[in-house]
Amino acid sequence: MSVPAAPDVPLLRLRGVTKSYGTGDALLQALRGVDLEVREGEFVAIMGPSGSGKSTAMNILGCLDVPTTGSYEFRGIAVEKLSRNQRALLRRHCLGFVFQGYNLLARTSALENVELPLLYRGETTAARHAQARAALEAVGLGDRVRHTPAELSGGQQQRVAIARAMVTQPDVLLADEPTGNLDTQRSGEIMQIIAALNRDRGITVLMVTHEPDMAAYAHRVIRFVDGRVDSDERRP
Amino acid sequence: MIWNALLLSLKEIRRNLLRSFLTILGVVIGVGAVITMVTLGNGATRAIADQIESLGSNMLILRPGQRFGAGRDSAAAAPLKLADARAVAEQITALDAVVPSVTHAAVVVRFAANWSTTVVGATPAYLRARKWPLTQGRLYSDAEDRAGKALCVVGETVRRELFGRENPIGGAIRIRGFSCEVIGLLAAKGQAAMGMDQDDVVLMPLHTVQRRLIGNQDVAAILLAVSPGASIDHAKAAVERLMRERRRIGEGENDDFNVLDTRQIADALSSTTRVMTMLLSAVAAVSLLVGGIGIMNIMLVSVTERTREIGIRLAIGALEHEVLLQFLIEAVVLSALGGLTGIALAAIGSAWAATAMHIPFLFDLQINLLAFAFSAAIGVLFGYFPARRAARLDPIEALRHE
Repeated sequence: MSVPAAPDVPLLRLRGVTKSYGTGDALLQALRGVDLEVREGEFVAIMGPSGSGKSTAMNILGCLDVPTTGSYEFRGIAVEKLSRNQRALLRRHCLGFVFQGYNLLARTSALENVELPLLYRGETTAARHAQARAALEAVGLGDRVRHTPAELSGGQQQRVAIARAMVTQPDVLLADEPTGNLDTQRSGEIMQIIAALNRDRGITVLMVTHEPDMAAYAHRVIRFVDGRVDSDERRP
Repeated sequence: MIWNALLLSLKEIRRNLLRSFLTILGVVIGVGAVITMVTLGNGATRAIADQIESLGSNMLILRPGQRFGAGRDSAAAAPLKLADARAVAEQITALDAVVPSVTHAAVVVRFAANWSTTVVGATPAYLRARKWPLTQGRLYSDAEDRAGKALCVVGETVRRELFGRENPIGGAIRIRGFSCEVIGLLAAKGQAAMGMDQDDVVLMPLHTVQRRLIGNQDVAAILLAVSPGASIDHAKAAVERLMRERRRIGEGENDDFNVLDTRQIADALSSTTRVMTMLLSAVAAVSLLVGGIGIMNIMLVSVTERTREIGIRLAIGALEHEVLLQFLIEAVVLSALGGLTGIALAAIGSAWAATAMHIPFLFDLQINLLAFAFSAAIGVLFGYFPARRAARLDPIEALRHE
């Protein structure tokens, strides 16, 4: 299921978003007014020093969190007005996540890990198997479907995680430092896969990264400093 | 949806097989103990009922002395005599048999073999009243009883101990210095509930035992078989009236004899067993409760341990109630598995124990179903709190959890 977009409505739009934690002296302002638009099919890298609010922004963009003030529209839908369960459904149907720490289920085969989001979508067993297998083949792990995370290298685990994120054909892939735990060569492989998803399947990609080399794969780089967007560059 | 959650929870249980087993152990033991207690209790009650039945369900037993409550004890009360039995037989109509009897512990000897047993002296009507057939030989006659002939009928245990493979009929056994001819063999009755061997008996004419073994004319007990169809209560009241009259007990004085109704014995014994069963089951039920708390404990640990996993599920788009259901079903499936294992163990255990205790094994479907339902309910009860905790986790926090 994908939410139909009205013409001219950006896929994601943050308007005057702030996010603060705690109260009084302990008040922490993670975001201090962020305006941002992301169009369908973009590949956006989000950079910035730690504590700059990029992770908070990712959590909000990923519908895991809601802004303290301001609004976040996903295809024109005000996410901050949705209930917890409605946001879960939005994630289930429109978003895919890749984390720095892979976050696969331990002692569970690659195939079953990739099947997990399909299970929540209520797909039949046969459909789950077929789609999960296809996704694993797409990331080059067609011969590792029965392996558990402990039996896979870091790069392979991250590829399983990407397969899990893309198996539902999401509109947006949110990747939080996907190469943070990997060496240069594995990082390159992972970035190629992500770039291919963006290029060949038209999946919008939002990726947090520290490394300029990885950001180089993106078409647009947004820099966060001190809870605000400091720069927003597009390249051809 | 439910199917999915069931699938997920089964996967989870399989993933942590050892822990799952340890988790359900409490429920296994609880359910097993409850069912075993109830099953054995039922068996014991039945065994007692059977034993009373073997005595004859329409029997009254008249003895001197007051069995329960105030009154003179049997030693102080005047003994019964044969005349009492005769009077009862003549004056009370609703009786099939009136059997005066005495019992005496004695050692019986045959050649080198000797055996300590119980000698019962009674009129020939004894076996008819107790519906106890002979498998071999014959019973002594009334005339032989009155003449005090040295004849006896032996029980299966006595035959085995003294005669082995030999035919006992026509053989002689010695009791306290006199020789006695074996003329019959009683049908085997087997062991009674209390471990009493009913076949460990030598039956002799009443007069023979009175004269040669005891040396007086007293009668220890008079067995009364009430005619089928006649009221046992009426017969009992009639016997009591007659005995008060014969023993000259005045208005307002307590009886110095008692008439036992075998049903009363049965009731008294089964209610004792029932109380014991209930008490033991209550103790077992507590262990079932402890088992439930064990499940809650493990489920809470499991939620904490799997916080990151829950975070992944929530991030992927699991709804709150789906996570809740997953953990709840996991708890229910665990405890229901525990229940089933407990039922199986109880069936094996109580069948074995019933054999060892010589009581019948009575499979009680109701208590088994109840215990199973209860164990599943324990899963819901003790699984709900951890499941709710899991469902309410914040996905961001949960993903950050180490």
